[in-house]
Amino acid sequence: MSIVKGIIVPGIPHPLLCPEKNEGWTRLREGFEAARKELEECGAERIVIYSTMWPSVIGHQIQADPEPEWVHVDELFHDLGSIPYKFKIDAEFGHSFQAAAEARGLMARTVAYHGFPIDTGSVVALKLLNPDNRMSASIVSSNVYADRAETVVLGKAARDAIEASDLKTAIVVVMTLSNRLFTDYIDPASDHIHSPKDEEWNDKLLEFLGGGRLEDVAQLSRTIQDQIRVHKVVNFKPMWWMSAVMGQHNRYDGAVHAYAPLFGTGGAVVSLTPSNEVAGDKEYDEEDVEVFQGNRTVLGASTDGVQQKPTSESNSQAPTLRTTTTPAAVINTDTAPAPVGAYPHARQEGGLLYLSGVGPRQPGTNAIPGGPIKDENGDALNYDIEAQTEAVIENISKILIASGSSLDEVIDVTAFLVDMDRDFAGYNKVYAKHFTPIGATRTTIAIRALPTPIAVEFKVVARAPKS
Amino acid sequence: MSGSIVAGVLAPHPPHLVYAENPPQNEPTAECGWETLRWGYERLRKDLEGIDYDTLVVLSPHWQTYVGTHFLGVPHFKSLSVDPVFPNLFRFHYELDVDVALAQAICSQAGGAGLVTKMMENPDFRVDYGTIVSCHMTRPQWDKPIVGISSCRATSYYSVEVMQKQAAVLAEATRKAVEESGRRVVLIASNSLSHSHFTTESAVPEDMSKEHIMSHGQHMWDMRAIDLLRKGKTQQFVDEMPEFTSQAISETDAGAFTWMLHALGMPEYEAELYGYGTVIGTGNAVMAWYPEGK
Repeated sequence: MSIVKGIIVPGIPHPLLCPEKNEGWTRLREGFEAARKELEECGAERIVIYSTMWPSVIGHQIQADPEPEWVHVDELFHDLGSIPYKFKIDAEFGHSFQAAAEARGLMARTVAYHGFPIDTGSVVALKLLNPDNRMSASIVSSNVYADRAETVVLGKAARDAIEASDLKTAIVVVMTLSNRLFTDYIDPASDHIHSPKDEEWNDKLLEFLGGGRLEDVAQLSRTIQDQIRVHKVVNFKPMWWMSAVMGQHNRYDGAVHAYAPLFGTGGAVVSLTPSNEVAGDKEYDEEDVEVFQGNRTVLGASTDGVQQKPTSESNSQAPTLRTTTTPAAVINTDTAPAPVGAYPHARQEGGLLYLSGVGPRQPGTNAIPGGPIKDENGDALNYDIEAQTEAVIENISKILIASGSSLDEVIDVTAFLVDMDRDFAGYNKVYAKHFTPIGATRTTIAIRALPTPIAVEFKVVARAPKS
Repeated sequence: MSGSIVAGVLAPHPPHLVYAENPPQNEPTAECGWETLRWGYERLRKDLEGIDYDTLVVLSPHWQTYVGTHFLGVPHFKSLSVDPVFPNLFRFHYELDVDVALAQAICSQAGGAGLVTKMMENPDFRVDYGTIVSCHMTRPQWDKPIVGISSCRATSYYSVEVMQKQAAVLAEATRKAVEESGRRVVLIASNSLSHSHFTTESAVPEDMSKEHIMSHGQHMWDMRAIDLLRKGKTQQFVDEMPEFTSQAISETDAGAFTWMLHALGMPEYEAELYGYGTVIGTGNAVMAWYPEGK
């Protein structure tokens, strides 16, 4: 395998521009240097960077300008000074990475424009980990809308491209642990982690990473986002990506080279070296995904855009998605999960809207909040009925809004549960939260199974908007 | 003589609009595109021609500062702006002057009112594309100095409500500084309305057969916002801002629109609607308020 190292570094520029102003910033600078030496000693010839500080909207972007050169200034910490740079980018790899991403159903493109604004995090990482451009580099953006499935598939695409070449490659992720900055200027000497709660979570993450448990951290990404991340983007993604590139396991020798506060955030330099040691069992609580099947058909009826490409490599639990039906009076929306049969999301007859059965799957990703009820082999999994029920109601709300109606207009609900004994209480609790003020009639039925590995589905009748 | 705010403009900043205009400063060229918005800007420019003003004061969501509100503090900038999201459409060679004295005055007023503020004095700094697009579409001659104000991301760190309160303080500071400066200024809120993007792009970006609002719900929110603003119900619009920002995934979270409406004194008269159109699924309106009339 040509992936020889994984490195996690913070992107905030203080360790590069003013390490001397704070003891912790100095330690981080030394941590960068320790990581740089590791890269040199392991013979890494290329580094592939995923930066949380490079947001993209149109799929993912991959840097492919062979020699980008600029004088960079951070938009927030501009008073710390300018950063002139000239990097060596592996454009050929960038194109290979893009092709691999597209082969897995992703939207991706390379960028090779003079003056393209390389983000502060990537600049800091390259200046400190690769100051002499000994290694060639590749940088990929973080899509603001991408969630787990898209990010994991992007990681697997990077792995495809790396495996297709023969260069020893290091994976670099630019991120902080907790990311809450102070919102006022501080005396550098007084820098500290924003809150004890953030500090405790950072300690836990470093315990995991120091133990080489990368996939375990990836599995905790949603919790990390909830606990210690200011929600600037939809989720905390870098560990999903990194673990997907590096093989989705916990078999690494981890080393925490430095950890220190960076203007309130948690900055850490960590290295992960592939190892044969097994660092405990991993517990997958979300399904794996090989090909991205999110909805890319928003451009309209034309068929020359990027379409969903279900393949034999797709998860066997995922039913083939259907093109939504479109006769008059039917309603379909991209904001709700794609149907699993030849039916629309809703249909209006007279003053009423009849919704097809709605489950908790997420539009675009097909992910199941609260987890699937069984794995590919049909073995039962633990799942969260409250999360699934919340997602069902949210999907219903989206369909009703797309229909010009709303949840308040629901008249009648038929709910289907695959395990009444286990799930009724949780389902009933979430239902009451949303429907008590609405006063819709309701029937709850236990059934043997639903077409996807979900535990709950609603069938709804609502008032249509007055024309 | 007391200065005054002579106009407030809602000036969305999709780089697509500059791309479709084919100005000599922009490297890529287009065949056409997004005409309803561009014609709207054209009508705005004609109306602004009839008004005497000195400076454009613009608040952009794409200069994002998590520590306070920052102000451009270098007298002259000349550089290349490449949009990090649409570099295929926007590689713009800009040259602009900054009204540093007014920027400093607003910065001081806002700081005195309790906001965290900072002047940006690094000459290598690259002006964000949102500022450039909104200013170019409003005044392509680039013959007026600008005051560039960053977007303090209070929404991310606290809530829309906190952002609104901070924007109101910044607005009051802006109004006072303008009055004391003797300048006649046009305020620019550089933002769209609904802001859910397509995540893919057609092969020909200006292929208008592929352009539409992201969803019916987004359109409904846009129409509600425009309806309120055309009826002079700016206070109601600002009161509904938390829900609008959440439901329309709007970049009103940046505070620019709230800031401008507060600085205009929450106008109760009808806004001038110059145009509405979508850009990669987002909803955009070109609108203006004229406190002293056109």
